Amino acid sequence: MSRNGPVALLYHALFVIFMLAPIVVVCWVAFTPEGYLSFPTRHWSLRWFYAIARYPEFISAFWQSLVLGALSSAIAVGLSVPAALAIARHRFPGREAAAALFMSPLMIPYIVLGIAFLRFFTLLGIGGTFTGLVLAHIVVVMPFALRLTLASAAGLDRAVEHAAVSLGASEWTVLKRITLPLVVPGVASGWALAFINSFDEVTMTVFIAGPGTATLPVRMFLYIQDNIDPLVTSVSACVIAITVAGLVALDRAYGLERLLVGRGHDGR
Amino acid sequence: MKTMPYLLVMPALVLFAAIVIVPLVMTVVLTFHDWGQYKGIDPVFILKNWREVLDDSYYYEVFGRTFKIAASVTVLAAVFGAPEAYILNRMKSPWRGFFLLVTLGPLLISVVARTLGWALLFGGNSGLVNKGLMSIGLISAPIPFMFTETGMVVALAHVLMPYMVLAVWAALQRLDPQIENAAVALGAGPFTVMRRIVLPQAMPGILSGAIIVFSLAASAFATPAIIGGRRLKVASTLAYDEFLNTLNWPLGATVAVILLVVLATVVIVANRLVERRYARVFG
Repeated sequence: MSRNGPVALLYHALFVIFMLAPIVVVCWVAFTPEGYLSFPTRHWSLRWFYAIARYPEFISAFWQSLVLGALSSAIAVGLSVPAALAIARHRFPGREAAAALFMSPLMIPYIVLGIAFLRFFTLLGIGGTFTGLVLAHIVVVMPFALRLTLASAAGLDRAVEHAAVSLGASEWTVLKRITLPLVVPGVASGWALAFINSFDEVTMTVFIAGPGTATLPVRMFLYIQDNIDPLVTSVSACVIAITVAGLVALDRAYGLERLLVGRGHDGR
Repeated sequence: MKTMPYLLVMPALVLFAAIVIVPLVMTVVLTFHDWGQYKGIDPVFILKNWREVLDDSYYYEVFGRTFKIAASVTVLAAVFGAPEAYILNRMKSPWRGFFLLVTLGPLLISVVARTLGWALLFGGNSGLVNKGLMSIGLISAPIPFMFTETGMVVALAHVLMPYMVLAVWAALQRLDPQIENAAVALGAGPFTVMRRIVLPQAMPGILSGAIIVFSLAASAFATPAIIGGRRLKVASTLAYDEFLNTLNWPLGATVAVILLVVLATVVIVANRLVERRYARVFG
């Protein structure tokens, strides 16, 4: 294969700078020793990171996001596994419609979902509650959970299951000892992708989160709308650091490309 | 055994019917309800909200701005993202994985944090972007980015760029490098190779990326809200305002439903056109 020329590499460098600039700037400003927004050059300080401790609403929002993401992703994965097995290996009327329905949250603008959930949950009397948040997040992360579970369910080698059956395994044993262990990698990466999407979701959540149940991105968003100061940059820097750590771990474990494209090179 | 697949999809199906279909239908119904400052939502069937949105030029302006921004973002993402995907695809092993992570990674970083970064970079007339552009002589006077459409377009192009790179990258995976080599061996110049070999094969990726970027840009919320401030509205921030500030839910729902219908139409028509155009390539 031909190599990239100097022009291509220069373009690539500019592109990478463009992609990283806003992220780097947030982390840079977070280290300012001043009481206002500035780009520290000679003096650096952690004062704005310590300042986070004085704002318990950010800390509690962080835990809120963490629990919400873990719980809703786990439930979404729990619903995805049987659905993926049905869609991947059975032909039944309504199969395509069911798959399209489960993928539909990707097609519907999150603003519309937020509005729909707000109205619905308010009438049900669970507006602004954690229960409402969990239900809404299950729906929103379902496409991510299902896509990766589906990919691994479709890639299953049926011969292994047939071998188990011919050796006398019951249907339940086959499911427990063969099928489920084989889909675990897809299920785990599906959970991780679902978790990241739940953790970062702001558009839909801003509608349905109450004052006591606001997630971290919602808190950050509402804070920024009022004023941008170094405190929110240090909170953002922490979020970026956590996400990058998670990303690197995921990339090591599964490969980011496979995670995002939904299949490896061998898939096609 | 016939009921087996239904049993398996049933839990998810029940949840989606209850939590997706019912609320969406209720939102459409909400657009026909009346609303008053003191009486709140009045469950009657009237066309008041639709009339208001369809008659007032303010709403046309907001929707016009929304789709203008989405179109600009799509063009920017295609023009700058597609070459990057091609360059990434030609890289050697360790670099390729590393830069793929750098390019696609921002997708998973909080959109609020990324937009905050742009707000800091734009930051008034003395922002870093203006200083940089002026120091290399590209512009003579600072461009206002904050609270302008230009700023929204740049920030959204950054936020959505990974989707374009990802789509083009996926299309390029199917490209056989030997075809390029064959063209070169047959005497084609680099420009001809690009135009006749690479671009046609990357085109399905560019188009499907464009559909994703357009629909996400038109329905984006956090970025336009932060960069646009309180006055420069797009459809989603307008709906948000009606819901959480004015509290006129029926009107906000009408704006949201129009956005949903227009976007769904655009996406479905575009998908059809792309599929028909490339039926031979995919088939």
